Amino acid sequence: MKKVLTTPVRAEDIEALHIGDIVYLTGTLVTGRDDVHRRVVSEGMASPYDLHDGVIFHAGPIVRESAGGNELISVGPTSSVRMESLEAAFIEKTGVRVIIGKGGMGPATAAACQKFKAIHCVAMGGCAVSAACQVEAIEDCFWRELGMPECEWVMRVKEFGPLVVSIDAHGGNLYAENKAKYAARKDACEAPILESVKDYMVVE
Amino acid sequence: MTNKEAGAVLTDVMERFLCVACKRLPDDVYEKLRQCRAAETSELQRVIYDSYFDNLRRAWEMGRPCCQDTGLLHFYIRCGADFPYMGAVEPALRLAVARATASAPLRENTVDYFTERNTGDNTGERMPWLHWDILPEGSDLEICAYFAGAGCCLPGRAQVFKPADGYGAIVKYVFDAVADLALNACPPLIVGVGLGHNVENAAVLSKMAYLRPLGTSHPHPKGAKLERDLLAGLNGLGIGAQGLPGERVAMEVHVESSARHTATIAVGVNVSCYTHRRGFITFHEDMSWEQDSYKGVSL
Repeated sequence: MKKVLTTPVRAEDIEALHIGDIVYLTGTLVTGRDDVHRRVVSEGMASPYDLHDGVIFHAGPIVRESAGGNELISVGPTSSVRMESLEAAFIEKTGVRVIIGKGGMGPATAAACQKFKAIHCVAMGGCAVSAACQVEAIEDCFWRELGMPECEWVMRVKEFGPLVVSIDAHGGNLYAENKAKYAARKDACEAPILESVKDYMVVE
Repeated sequence: MTNKEAGAVLTDVMERFLCVACKRLPDDVYEKLRQCRAAETSELQRVIYDSYFDNLRRAWEMGRPCCQDTGLLHFYIRCGADFPYMGAVEPALRLAVARATASAPLRENTVDYFTERNTGDNTGERMPWLHWDILPEGSDLEICAYFAGAGCCLPGRAQVFKPADGYGAIVKYVFDAVADLALNACPPLIVGVGLGHNVENAAVLSKMAYLRPLGTSHPHPKGAKLERDLLAGLNGLGIGAQGLPGERVAMEVHVESSARHTATIAVGVNVSCYTHRRGFITFHEDMSWEQDSYKGVSL
């Protein structure tokens, strides 16, 4: 059965989730990436949209803007790792419950997710038209002066996903675990190539 | 034809070309992606690849950019010295980018340094980025257009080593770049490796490497072998699509080289995501043109 989180998301709603689980989201999500994090954490500005128990989406959409309304063309996750140095403070300041992005995040975010009961999920990178089709409407836009990719777009979504839980509220970090597995195989994968290029410096 | 008239043709055709190139993958990349899907066995990887192909189908059917990060526009140009309208090329490409930003539409990604303002039309200081190679003979203008998204720019790097470090340093550098950084850049990747003598020439060569058509290889047998070995080695790491466990982190590894200084070995690594939006188009001296990146597609 599909696991669907609905906003506002409470701490108890994510309690049973673990890394590797697949979930969907219904309700409201707000885009925010490098500049939104910098404003909230480094410049001390309050997010115009109250993110308490909410969802932040590391994403910058393509929106066709007109006087008649904003049409969402494409939207998809961006590399979450760019926000790693700011995410823990962002979670603490905003009370955000679900972070959606692409790729892994680091130990500081994982620690904050455990402490403040939040999760990080990954959406499918590059699948921007499919994702846009799961957005029912753009409800609002804040901080537009940051530019189209960087501002806060407030989106109403229905069963947005699939999302893979990559950091849970219990200290689990899927990408960190996987990276350790990949790293453990590196020497063995490199070895035959190092052997093969051993004589490459020899003059032909 | 005057310079102005040639520029108008170039602007019009390139705007339409960009509008296609942001919405579908070139034929060679699409075919390679199909082969990568066939190599994956896990349920998770199949779900990811199904999402990839479903999205590509929707993007083309709905006429929308397949990935929201349409990047900054890079044009790698090979121009015969006898092409008569060289002066028209840069302004025409700038205008084509600005127009395609509105008509495709592309995401507004371009921010000038120091003002920190988004320019709104994807032109800016030295942007779009043009790289010219002037060929001593010929009258054709060959343009390779590439949408440089942030996710695959982020892991890019270059370093200069000492000869005592040998080719082994190159191998380790490529592995580190892919296994530690590029797994976030939407694998399966095209990995470009540039071998040169200093930091920027290695970096430029790494870019040329991943722009090369798939199915081509380095001209020297040892270079070609290094490409095959690196591909097999990287694909042994256990990384699949989206950086999650799987069989194929790379679609291809391409190596490009220049001569090196006797005292340095420089390596650059640039990766491109699976939505490798790169298209070739050629203009002749009468401004007739042809493209074969998207067979059967009219602009």
